[in-house]
Amino acid sequence: MSTVSTPIATGSDWNFEILTAYEREIARFAKEYRLDIYPNQIEIITSEQMMDAYASVGMPVGYHHWSFGKQFLSVEQAYRRGQMGLAYELVINSDPCIAYLMEENTLMMQILVMAHACYGHNSFFKGNYLFRTWTDASAIVDYLVFARKYIAECEQRHGVSAVEQLLDACHALQNYGVDRYKRPSPISSEEEARRQQEREAYLQAQVNALWRTIPEESPRDASEAFAENGDDPLGLHQYGRYPPEPQENLLYFLEKNAPLLESWQREIVRIVRKLAQYFYPQRQTQVMNEGWATFWHYTLMNRLYDEGLIDEGTILEFLHSHTAVVQQPGFDSPHFNGINPYALGFAMFSDIRRICETPDEEDREWFPETAGSDWLETVHFAMRNFKDESFIQQFLSPRVIRDLKLFSLVDDDRDEMLTISAIHDERGYRRVREALSAQYALSLREPNIQVWEADIRGDRSLTLRHVQDERRPLGKTLYPVLRHLHQLWGFAVKLESVEDDEVVRRYQWPLPGDA
Amino acid sequence: MTYFIDRRANAKHKSAVNRQRFLQRYRSHIKRSVEEAVNRRSITDMERGEKVSIPAKDISEPVFQHGPGGSRTIVSPGNKEFVEGDRLRRPGGDGEGGAGEGSASNQGEGMDEFAFSLSREEFLDFVFDGLALPHLERKQLRDLDEVRPVRAGVTRDGVPSRINIVRSMREAQARRIGMRAPIKRALREAEEALQEEERKDPVLRNPTRIHELKAEIERLEKRLDAVPFIDTYDLRYNNLVDQPQPSNKAVMFCVMDVSGSMTQGHKDIAKRFFLLLYLFLERNYEKVELVFIRHHTAAKEVDEEEFFYSRETGGTIVSSALTLVDEIITQRYSPAQWNLYVAQASDGDNWDDDSTTCRDLLLSSLMAKLQYYTYVEITPHSHQALWEEYERVQVRHPERFAMQQIVEPGDIYPVFRKLFRKRIAQ
Repeated sequence: MSTVSTPIATGSDWNFEILTAYEREIARFAKEYRLDIYPNQIEIITSEQMMDAYASVGMPVGYHHWSFGKQFLSVEQAYRRGQMGLAYELVINSDPCIAYLMEENTLMMQILVMAHACYGHNSFFKGNYLFRTWTDASAIVDYLVFARKYIAECEQRHGVSAVEQLLDACHALQNYGVDRYKRPSPISSEEEARRQQEREAYLQAQVNALWRTIPEESPRDASEAFAENGDDPLGLHQYGRYPPEPQENLLYFLEKNAPLLESWQREIVRIVRKLAQYFYPQRQTQVMNEGWATFWHYTLMNRLYDEGLIDEGTILEFLHSHTAVVQQPGFDSPHFNGINPYALGFAMFSDIRRICETPDEEDREWFPETAGSDWLETVHFAMRNFKDESFIQQFLSPRVIRDLKLFSLVDDDRDEMLTISAIHDERGYRRVREALSAQYALSLREPNIQVWEADIRGDRSLTLRHVQDERRPLGKTLYPVLRHLHQLWGFAVKLESVEDDEVVRRYQWPLPGDA
Repeated sequence: MTYFIDRRANAKHKSAVNRQRFLQRYRSHIKRSVEEAVNRRSITDMERGEKVSIPAKDISEPVFQHGPGGSRTIVSPGNKEFVEGDRLRRPGGDGEGGAGEGSASNQGEGMDEFAFSLSREEFLDFVFDGLALPHLERKQLRDLDEVRPVRAGVTRDGVPSRINIVRSMREAQARRIGMRAPIKRALREAEEALQEEERKDPVLRNPTRIHELKAEIERLEKRLDAVPFIDTYDLRYNNLVDQPQPSNKAVMFCVMDVSGSMTQGHKDIAKRFFLLLYLFLERNYEKVELVFIRHHTAAKEVDEEEFFYSRETGGTIVSSALTLVDEIITQRYSPAQWNLYVAQASDGDNWDDDSTTCRDLLLSSLMAKLQYYTYVEITPHSHQALWEEYERVQVRHPERFAMQQIVEPGDIYPVFRKLFRKRIAQ
């Protein structure tokens, strides 16, 4: 331990001078720990502003929509009833990285949030490969400004309710607005506005070209085709299926191909899609991101205490708060609400450090490469190169499985009983790890639905395919979503659930007989 | 690398628009809750918003998701006694595993109601959506008794404390330029003449002329100096004029028949009606007072409690209440200072000839003082003399006298809306 100094401040009151001093100390330690961050923009706000920020999914500017109002009302309700603290979460993946400190917080809380958000999350945003690939931190705020302005203009020109309905429909599909394999080009927003106009004209021309070949429009072509091709008199199938390959990005497909959308509507579809893409990495790195931030606030706070920069009272207050955050109620507890990503992530990163620093026999056997390696190197490696699914697959240790007493259970509707398929023992570790990893795989968590065929030469209907896994059917929200999809597409929408190459269920909207 | 920004003073209510959008979208749900709330409350208890619940299914934002069924594996924490291969009974009936959902976070799912609070303002917006106080404008222009001084340009007269320095100095400068210009011109001419005279050969010089010119120059210089830097003529004063102000006080007279024929049900209807009117006035005036007057054969001023919950038997003389209203106005509420409203509720049953007395009282005295008179008759029966006499009043004062019949509680709100529907200002 290095020389112990006196605390910068004691008690729970804070001012800017004190915050600046603590921030400087945290920055010094963070540098030692090689936390590479975007510049921090720390904003002091009131609790009401915090609720506003929550309501707009943490975005500093957002377009208007009733669902954000709903979000606000529910946050407000929870906060007023004291069911929810408003301290940790909000930090924005942008450059500079924006974090919020609430004025009501105690000094300890402000230090904690700075460590958690400004150094934990911030370095995760900058370091993790998904964020590096999928988001452009320097452009997001600009893009949001563009989106807000564009949508406001559309509201003026076309009416609030027309825009609202369109956004409702896009929101229903936004989880299917991402290319999972193709890297998007970064959102460059100044260009965005400039190119937006060109795009309008170009896109519309593309769509028009696609739909030009409908039979009614070209009776002569049809009769020619008839002459050549007896069994397909209208030539409807001579060009093969469209699109030739299934499309997983539904919003992108609609933006480019929906026959009846006007160009401003296509632009709004695009805006929702771009934002969905921006949030895509967050949805896949919950455990890692929260775990990483929690691991670092824990490490940094302890360091501040070890150096004598915060006093006993502050560290005790911190431990109290930290313990609450990483608590994991058991499945049979009334407080159980699924696996707590803070608890799991923190346990895993702490465990990686332990495996590096004080490995035992089990660790050497399970993690031969990691055991005894440089811990700082290793946690950074883990943070950079994984998402929840692969992170768990790679690093969930028997020790953590035992500590959390994880077990897996099979719930099969053909079996009248549930079966415990694995528990935290020798035989179970790998299977528990496998199952937990799968639980975080977006591809298994969300139904796998793709565009299968647009009938561009026939009735213009759109067919989606749902690849069903383990006989798991779609939920009853299916029809409302199809209705939204139908609104965007403009013609009948069909959905087929397929299992083992066999269509097991068909749905469509409008319902047969409605049309 | 790090900077702090204090945003606390920045705009709050960033979500206000989104919140409004939400309320707009769920108007019909919210309106229903609001109407129920109006039914429950006492007149003086309006200092709060209202809790509103909307069924979660009406408010959900649908996305593709898995439904129950098929086979799935769930990892959960906190195993105490299970070992591999254990078989458990499925808890509940619907196949939802007791271990809960580990991963999916279907927001709102499992909650039957989406509950939130309307602020007081939002609450009242819903109550009075589309309504207006009739003839608010006319009252504002007619009564000049409440005045407030407002600035209206500058004047030449005034008291020193209201001198407008900038304007006064500008006037002074203009005057100085104006007054000095001809003198300066004469001075310059005299000086030039003198120089010319002095340049002449001494023999040709005219000493008298030189003397005259010097005297002239001296005189002109004195005159220049004599032009005052500032003159009372230059002074400008900020002008204040008294502008008539709309009176911001209102009083509502709640007049109710409490004779034996008025049941508790009738009074509840009356109460809801008064409540609406009170709230409505409260939104339009800074200060609203309530006067509760009940009557059978005689009228009496009482408090809210007694007004709504006591009951008498015997006959009815409506004019006793109107006379009392008139007296109270004279004693306490000058029509110049107050906006006066009367809301009367009755079952329409009145003593023999009293209805004509009521009419005369209204026409000769009361109507001239009142903003608006509303009469609701709570009865399923056909109208009697009072209604007919009131109809005559209405003919004379179509803009400020309104009457409606209420048969059952469901009529209250619609009737209220009819009485206070927005009219086009004249």
